[in-house]
Formats: sequence, C-alpha cells, structure tokens
Amino acid sequence: MKLAVADYPLSEKRADLIRTRTGKALSEITVAALKSGAATMDDLRITRDSLLLQAEIAEAAGRPRLGANFRRAADMVDVPQDFLLQAYELLRPGRAKNKAQLLDTARVFRETYKAERVAAFLEEAAEVYERRGLFQFRY
Amino acid sequence: MDDSAKPNPSGANPSGANRWRRFADWDERPLRLDRFAVEDAENGFAAFTSPNDPKPGLEIKNGRVTSLDGKAEADFDMIDLFIARHHIDPEIAPKAMAMPSAALARMLVDFNIPRTELTRLAHGLTPAKLAEVVAQLNAMEIAFAYSKMRARKTPGNQGHVTNAKDDPLQLAADAATAVAFGFDEIETTQRVARNAWSNAVACAVGGAVGRWGTLFQCSSEEAEELQIGMAGFSSYAETVSVYGTERAFIDGDDTPWSKAFLAAAYASRGIKMRCTSGAGSELLMGFHESKSLLYLEARCLCLQRAMGVQGTQNGGIDGAPVTATVPGGVRELMAENLLAVWLDLECASGNDARHSESEIRVGAKILPVLIAGSDFICSGFGTIKAYDNSFNPSSFNGEEMEDFLVLQRDFEADGGLTSVDETRVLDVRGRGIDAIAAVFEELNLGKPTAAMKASVQVASGSEETESYTPREVTLISDAIKARGITVVDVILALEKRGFGEEAENLLNVVKLRVSGDYLQTSAVVRDGKVLSAVNDPNDYTGPGTGYRLGEKRREEINHIRDLLDRESVLRDQNRHAKGEARRIVYRDAGPAELGNDPTEVVVGLSPAFGLKLFQTTAGHSLAAVLKELSAGIQAKGGKPRIVRFRHTADTSFLGLSAAGIAGSGVGIGIQAKGTAVIHQRGRLPHNNLELFSNAPITQLAHYRRLGENAATYAKGEIPEPVVVPTKGQAMGARFHAQTALIYAIETSLTEEGAKPENVEIKLLEGAA
Repeated sequence: MKLAVADYPLSEKRADLIRTRTGKALSEITVAALKSGAATMDDLRITRDSLLLQAEIAEAAGRPRLGANFRRAADMVDVPQDFLLQAYELLRPGRAKNKAQLLDTARVFRETYKAERVAAFLEEAAEVYERRGLFQFRY
Repeated sequence: MDDSAKPNPSGANPSGANRWRRFADWDERPLRLDRFAVEDAENGFAAFTSPNDPKPGLEIKNGRVTSLDGKAEADFDMIDLFIARHHIDPEIAPKAMAMPSAALARMLVDFNIPRTELTRLAHGLTPAKLAEVVAQLNAMEIAFAYSKMRARKTPGNQGHVTNAKDDPLQLAADAATAVAFGFDEIETTQRVARNAWSNAVACAVGGAVGRWGTLFQCSSEEAEELQIGMAGFSSYAETVSVYGTERAFIDGDDTPWSKAFLAAAYASRGIKMRCTSGAGSELLMGFHESKSLLYLEARCLCLQRAMGVQGTQNGGIDGAPVTATVPGGVRELMAENLLAVWLDLECASGNDARHSESEIRVGAKILPVLIAGSDFICSGFGTIKAYDNSFNPSSFNGEEMEDFLVLQRDFEADGGLTSVDETRVLDVRGRGIDAIAAVFEELNLGKPTAAMKASVQVASGSEETESYTPREVTLISDAIKARGITVVDVILALEKRGFGEEAENLLNVVKLRVSGDYLQTSAVVRDGKVLSAVNDPNDYTGPGTGYRLGEKRREEINHIRDLLDRESVLRDQNRHAKGEARRIVYRDAGPAELGNDPTEVVVGLSPAFGLKLFQTTAGHSLAAVLKELSAGIQAKGGKPRIVRFRHTADTSFLGLSAAGIAGSGVGIGIQAKGTAVIHQRGRLPHNNLELFSNAPITQLAHYRRLGENAATYAKGEIPEPVVVPTKGQAMGARFHAQTALIYAIETSLTEEGAKPENVEIKLLEGAA
C-alpha cells in the first residue's frame, strides 16, 4: 500500500520503515554507538528505500515532479561518488564531444547500477544536446 | 548634466547660489548613491512586460507539447524542451490555459479558493501565462497572494555566517549566535576557496550549540560542496543556479539536464537542496533576449518545478540591485516570489544582496514579505557585520539585526527571529569557541590560545579579533580534506572533550538524512521535529486561519531589549533622589493666597516635582532648574514665589493657576519632566505667552532666560521669546514612552479641589 501524507514525517510516524544501510533502526544511531564502532558513517547515509518512500509522500502531497526527482535519486544512491561527479561533468555544455559519449554513460547507469531512470534521463539529454549543438568545444 | 553649470539668465542670485540648496541636501542622502535606469525593454530593462515577451499559448497533440508560448516544437531551445517535457501536465493544461488570466489573478487573491486548487492549475500553465497573470496584481495584491500561496504555514529565516578572515573561532561563535537568534538555516562561504573545509567544520560545530536542527550550507565549488555534504558537515545546498535563456544557461556552464542531475545527486546523498534564480541574472550575463525580467524568471521557475527540486531561492538574489534600478523592479521581485510559491516551491524570498544604500528603501522592501510571512524571509540575512559578509552585504546585516526585531514587534509579524539577552549571547559564543577549539586540539588541527578565544568572544566583527589568519586557516582546511575527516570524527572529538550536548545535536542533524524527511518541500526543524509543507501546510482561507502568532511566540517577539515600564522610570528617578536631597530642601509654607507685590512672579510646581521625580527629561536636576528660574526672575527685577499645585498636572493649567495668584499676574508653570510655560492672568488656558515643550533639549540657560522673560512680561514689556533650537530629532520616538509614564506619576498625585501651597526652598551647596 502506498504511503499517505499522514505517514509523514516517516521518522516519527513510520519509524518501523526506516533502516540505515546496515539495517539499523534510527534509535540505534547514538553517540555511544558511534564511539563503540557499532554505528559508522555508513549508517548516516540515506537509503534507496527511504527515497522511494519519500517519493510516495511527495506524490501523495500533489508533487509528482519532486517524487520523480526522489526516484532518480534512489537510483543514484549506490552509484560511487566519482562516477556520479564524472557523469555530472559530462552533462555540462561542451564536455561531451558527441552523443555517443553520453549514451555510453547512460548504458553504465543502466547495466552496472540498474539506474534505469537516470539512464533514460541521460539519453534524453543526449538527444537534446545534439539538437541544440551542445557538443561544441567551449574551453 | 550638473544643474549648477547652467547659466542663470537673470544673473547671479545675490546670495551667490544659483540652485535651490535642497538639491544639495538631497545629493548628500545615501539614496543618491543608488542609480536608476530608464525603462528600455530592448536592452532588457523592463520589469513586467516587454514587446518581445511571447503571448501565452499551448498546443498539445497526443499528450505531447507541440507549441509553447507561440513557439513551435521544432524551434524549442533546451529550456522550452525541458519545460514542455517535464513541467506541463497534459491532463491539466488544456483547462488551465483556457482560463482567462484575469480570472486566475482574481483566484490568487480570493481566499475562498484553496491554495491547492491553484498549485494544481499551475502544473498546466506556461511561463508566459504565469507571468501575464501575476502582472495583473498590484503590490498589495501580490503580497496578499504570497501570504495565501506560500507552502509552509510557519515562517522562518536564513542567515549568512562568514567573516573576512575565514576565522574558524569567529565562525563557530557567530554560528552559535545565529542559532540563538532563531535562524532555521545558516549559510557560509569563504574568502579563500581552499578554506571551505575549515569553514564547514567551524559552522557545523558552532551551529550545534544551544539546540539542534539549524540546517547548514557551505557554499563553494559544486563538486567540493557535494563532498563536504558527503562528509556530513553540511545539510543543505542552494547554489544550483538556473537561468531563463539558453545562452545565459550555457555561460553559467550548465544545462537543465546537468542541473536536474545535480539535484538528484544531492537527494541521493540525503542533502536538502533548492535552486537559485531571480530577475536580473540574464541581464547581467548579457543574454536577455529583450524579454521582461518577470517572463524570464517564470521560465526559470517552471524549469525548477520540472527538475523536481523542492524549492527556490529567488527574488532577485544577486540581480536584485540591478532589478531595483528599473521602474517597478521591486514589485517584480515580489511577483517572482509569488510565482515560486504558486508553482508549489519552497521560497527563500531574497531580501539578500542589498538593493539600495537607502535604509528607507530597504525597510520598505522587507515589509510586505515580513507581514506576508515566508519560508525564509531572507535567503541570507547578514547575521555578521556588513564587512564580514563574504557573499555581499545583505539587506539586513548584523548592524541592523535589532531593526528587524523591532519590525517584527511593530507589526506582530513573525520573521523567524527572537531577541537574545546579553548574558546568553556571551555564553553561546564562549561555548561555540571552546567547542571548536576542543575539536581542533583533539584532531591535531590547531591549538588556539586563550587570548585568541577571548578576543573573538566579545568581537562584533573580525576587525576586532586577534585570531587565525586566512593562511593559517588554509593549512587547517587542507588537513581536514586531506585526512578525510568526517562529521563522525568531529562528533567523537566533541564527546571526548565534554561537549556531549553539542555532539548529540550535531549527530541529530546528520541523522536527518537517514529518513530524508527534510528533503520534502519547505522543510525546517523546529523543537526537534521536521516541519514542512507536508505536515505544516499553509491552510490560509481568510481571517483567523493560516499562521497566527500564538501567545508564547508573541511574547518572544515583544520582548526586545531595554523596555520601559513604570517601575523602571521610578527606579531611574529614585537613583537621583539622594543626590537631589543634597541640593535642595522643600518646606511647606501654608496656603498660597493672591499676592499683591506687582513684581511677583509665581512659579507653579507640578504635584510630583521634587517629591517623586527629581530630573527633567534632559537630565537636569530640578534644584538647578528652580535655581535658574529664580535667578532669571530676580535678574529682571522680579520676585519669585514658589507654589505647589495639586489640582492639576497640566502645564497650561499650572501656568495659568500660577499667574492667577501672582501679584504681577504673570506665572510660570513647570512639570517635573521639565516642560514649562509662561502664562498671564485672563488668557485662555492654551493661549500662553511662551511654551517650552521640548523638555529633552531644554538647557539650564533656557530656564534662566525663561525666568528673565517672565519678569519682563510682569513689567508690561515684550521680551525676545526664548527659542529652544531643535535639530529635528524625533522627540516622540525618543521620549514619549518615558514621558507618558512620568506624567502618569504626576497625574496620580493630583487631587480634585486641592488648594495651592507655598513652598519655601533652600538651595544647598550641591545645586548646580
């Protein structure tokens, strides 16, 4: 069943649904747990599941575009930082020299990271960039 | 052209001037430092409409936008394409676009139409249509519509925390101070790009003092900012700029797709994000396509909704100053804020970069937003002094913080801030400094001396501190980055060094990202709970609904510094009682009858004069005042008689009553606060001979001349009236509260029918 506005904030109303990346409940993340090593930086990152739940909340609140952004973000959670920044750089004007470079990156998102929505988004960009001449050299 | 250079056809004015000197006065006003531009749509200087703005229009075939605002799909630029594909909802658009703009404009100001109906219609409106609708509203209607349409019910505020040296001790102290004043978000940036990591750690630690939940941004290079967020130090970002023309966007080195990708990337790291846009940016970047400022901003905002960001920082921002040079520019800034909230975006509503040197223009600009309320009234209130603001001086800076607090109180409007008393400020500053010093020591990043810490705790700005230099900060910042220090290291350092509360507070902010609750529209943290447009939606539907000040919040807003009350006035007067006892003795000398000496001038004292009140509002001892009055009367051959009246405390009636029993028929009435009158028997009460109404600027020499003039009138002569020169001070603002309280002390001692009594005074050595 989809979440409703009344389930928000999830950390208060539906804490049962929130788990850290290593499977801990929010209440287990304490200074003492950090000190003992029971919790780490990994437990302080958002999860794919949380983002998908927040997408449901956004959609229930009448914000479908925000929901779509959260869904793209959910796809990115497990993408390594370096690759993410590399893809961002490639999307800036004039960085990719041709459509194929963007399509290759889209393929990695799809095949390696199962990030279908991000892949489709990059493919759309590739088509628009070609149309608007954005593969031109800038510096 | 300089007017003074014009030849004067009638010859030089005998005074040597050929110009009304008022213009010279005006030249000296701060306002004249502002420049104003002629309306010129071709060159981009048009606020609401330009002949080059497209007419609203939309064609959809099989669910696909084939024409947008008069442009066919084949001609779409990348902004049109993004809006067509990701903003326009083909289900809603046909109905929404068919509605007349005038009807939509009326719905915006009709409180019977729920906000949600309008935000849903916006999903189907094009940029030109949105702009055309809000352009029909006047400034008052825009402010009202903004109040109805903004997303989160409870208003808030955001502040800049920076300094000219990138000094981490001061950043921690100032962050702690900003938190105490109630900012929901604090934002830093740096003078030296490499210092970003040090700034981030300092503000994160300082922001954890006192309470938890203040969100923090470290504005820096985009990749670095994301890394600082990943390390857990910052919790939101807002420097993701978008532009309304394709060429400006490309010069900004991005596309809608790259920015939307970045938006998702921030969310995927659990970091709150909003975009930045605002009138004037395309104009400043040279690619405005001769379109109006409002139309270009409507494109930016449709784009932002299309990208799926939760909010925007708009209302000019860096373009506010140039926008304010255009006719209607400030109204346009309000209109673009309205567009943002109509599109259901969180709005950090500008009032950021200072648009004017005129304090009047600044105050006028903030008012509609303050009374309407806003997710963040300012998208950067300068919590530090103007010279320490590494963004730019803001509309309001540290210097003007109390002006803002008073505006909240004047209008009973919640601008998100609360006064903090002096002791508390010193406490939180000290705590912030000690906490960051402990973290530096624990992580081998530095060992600030006691002298450094002490100088920062009391410093109003970085010019007064003896602390870290920018170079020393660079070494610290590089070390934080190179060693991969994260927020967990900082939390553990705080805990180890006895800052358990701050460790907990900091952890709570980082923990927000696990659930992502604060990624929803307009989220802030209040009292340890996430408050956003989802669980605190603006539900305004007319008077009595929407956000209202509760009694507790109203008291907080009212409680500014140095309030006057009856007790404080009496306390103040009592401090002078002892000194006055060394200067004068008053002795009752029986009922005061009509005198028969033709040189006699009666000085009529008010009921509390010398009994409960001892100083005029100018700060003169009443003994000295009586001494001067008597000396003045005697100097012109008069004979003073002092009489106390208790049937009235009014100056005119005191004076007339005194005149009534004076042998000469001339009397002086004087109140303890120093207001005095010369009166004459037979005149109407308010038709006196001379009135000294400006007691706060009346000097002892004036009282002496008052005595002289009274004695001169007594002789039947007409003296030169005493003029107490005023420099146009706002006497009412400075003194009326105190005056009213003092006067109430006088009136409380009056007694109907009380007879006048002679008073013998003895001036002692201390009388000035």
